[in-house]
Amino acid sequence: MRSNKLMAVAVITTLVLAACGSDDASTSDATADTEPPTTEAAAGDACSNTIEDGVLTIATGNPAFFPWVIDDAPESGQGFEAAVALAVGEQMGYSGDSVTWVRTDFDAAIQPGAKDFDFNLQQFSITDERKETVDFSAPYYTANQAIVALNGSSAEGAASIADLKDVKFGAQAGTTSFAFITDVIQPTQDVFAYDDNVGAKAALEANQIDAAVFDLPTALYVSGVEIDGSSVVGQFPAAAGGTTDEFGLLLEKDSPLTPCVNAALQALSESGELAAITNEWLSEFTGAPVISE
Amino acid sequence: MDSQTRREAYEQRQRRRSIVIASASTAVVIATIAVLVPRAPRWDRVKKSFFDGDIFADSFPRLLEAFWLDIKIFAWSVPLIFALSLAIAVSRNTRSPALFPLRAAAVIYTDVFRGIPVILTIFLVGFGVPGLFESRAWSNPLIWGSAALILSYSAYVSEEIRAGIEGVHESQRAAARSLGMTSTQTMASVVLPQALRRIVPPMMNSLVSLQKDVALVSLIGPVEILRQAGLDKSKLANFTPYVAAAVIFLMVTIPCTRLADYLLNRERRRTGATSVS
Repeated sequence: MRSNKLMAVAVITTLVLAACGSDDASTSDATADTEPPTTEAAAGDACSNTIEDGVLTIATGNPAFFPWVIDDAPESGQGFEAAVALAVGEQMGYSGDSVTWVRTDFDAAIQPGAKDFDFNLQQFSITDERKETVDFSAPYYTANQAIVALNGSSAEGAASIADLKDVKFGAQAGTTSFAFITDVIQPTQDVFAYDDNVGAKAALEANQIDAAVFDLPTALYVSGVEIDGSSVVGQFPAAAGGTTDEFGLLLEKDSPLTPCVNAALQALSESGELAAITNEWLSEFTGAPVISE
Repeated sequence: MDSQTRREAYEQRQRRRSIVIASASTAVVIATIAVLVPRAPRWDRVKKSFFDGDIFADSFPRLLEAFWLDIKIFAWSVPLIFALSLAIAVSRNTRSPALFPLRAAAVIYTDVFRGIPVILTIFLVGFGVPGLFESRAWSNPLIWGSAALILSYSAYVSEEIRAGIEGVHESQRAAARSLGMTSTQTMASVVLPQALRRIVPPMMNSLVSLQKDVALVSLIGPVEILRQAGLDKSKLANFTPYVAAAVIFLMVTIPCTRLADYLLNRERRRTGATSVS
């Protein structure tokens, strides 16, 4: 019995050490094999450096919401972000079958492992802190924050931020909208946070909050289509002390594609195509009273 | 030395050997992890995303403050869970034919709420019930989030109490009844006091589990530790706040788990079972 036990320990120890040794070797091999070509390619044709050869993989949210993507079908190019993504892809030399779509949430987009997309767009706000972990392209849209409230709530008729101090607010956690409430409005009551805009909408309908903050296009859609008896109380342009929310394409940190994506966006912007896409999908989503500081 | 029998000396040698083997194998495992993990090709990125010292120090006090809400929800939920589950367990153990509807209701209750994930109960109760009220005070998500936790956990804990009640030997009831006690008296002064002693360890486990599930209330609005960690994570695009929150949870749950183990061992010693290695 005793010798069996000792044997077992000895065998396990040897195995572990062996595993340790071999893993070690394969790791250094892998680095030696793959890394130099990557840098070479980046220096050469940056746009060809996608995760799958000849195919551009674009990620968006699951589900993706109106008016960013229509009917949760980005492949169709219907909706603002779907159209922007396909236009950027075309500039980079990918169109038709050479574009595929995948779905991720925010956490999957920022996790440190290898990414399964070339770029990801789902209204990611560009911030310096986030740039520590991921790459962002130049902004493709600048959104104002806007307040949606049920008719008759204490937020109705607010003209300045001072009028909003006693309002019970909610917003999607981790968004510029949430930071806008806590940092700019600084209400006296605790702010409620939700996993997504759907949670904020549910809370509005359940009368748990007076008002929710969204980016303006989402706010207009929520009040106009999704929640009966609600309206956009107002929007906060940067000029009036609001927080601008610049949406960028998210890429893996130090991705070789970042310069290429930026070049594509710049070309779209210079040719006026980006403005045309914005007009096509978001023009009806800009009108709302302005709330000042 | 002379007072030691040969058997005692043998047992002592065995113990020493166990300790040496245990220490050696622990050292091998830790060394393996410490050597292998940093050699993973993307360890630098993982380290930056999960173990950033500055972010940890920055978010830790904020998280600790948010954790206070978890403790409050926990504190007011536990007595209510205990009361509700005791009522359910006792209902299930009634024997009068007239009380059949009560027994049936208790069975349906435990089946339903043990079968629904806690997270779904929180969503359904937390967003569904408040719609019924005009007043903001009654639609407070803290009330309905706690109510959902109480509903879910009472289903589990009532089963633990029921197991405790059924673990009391039938002869105890028979003896009490033959002394002329009513069935209510039997339950209250003979069966329950013995049952409750036995269920302390499994209930401690449920409480440790509740301590973690309290965080799910954040899904319907309140900013407690899990949500605060999520906010910091999104702001910084870094998962270190989650690690910090995990550390805070461990600071509470590890002592609770150790206490549960201690109570379990004490119970085992008290009832005379010995351990075999």
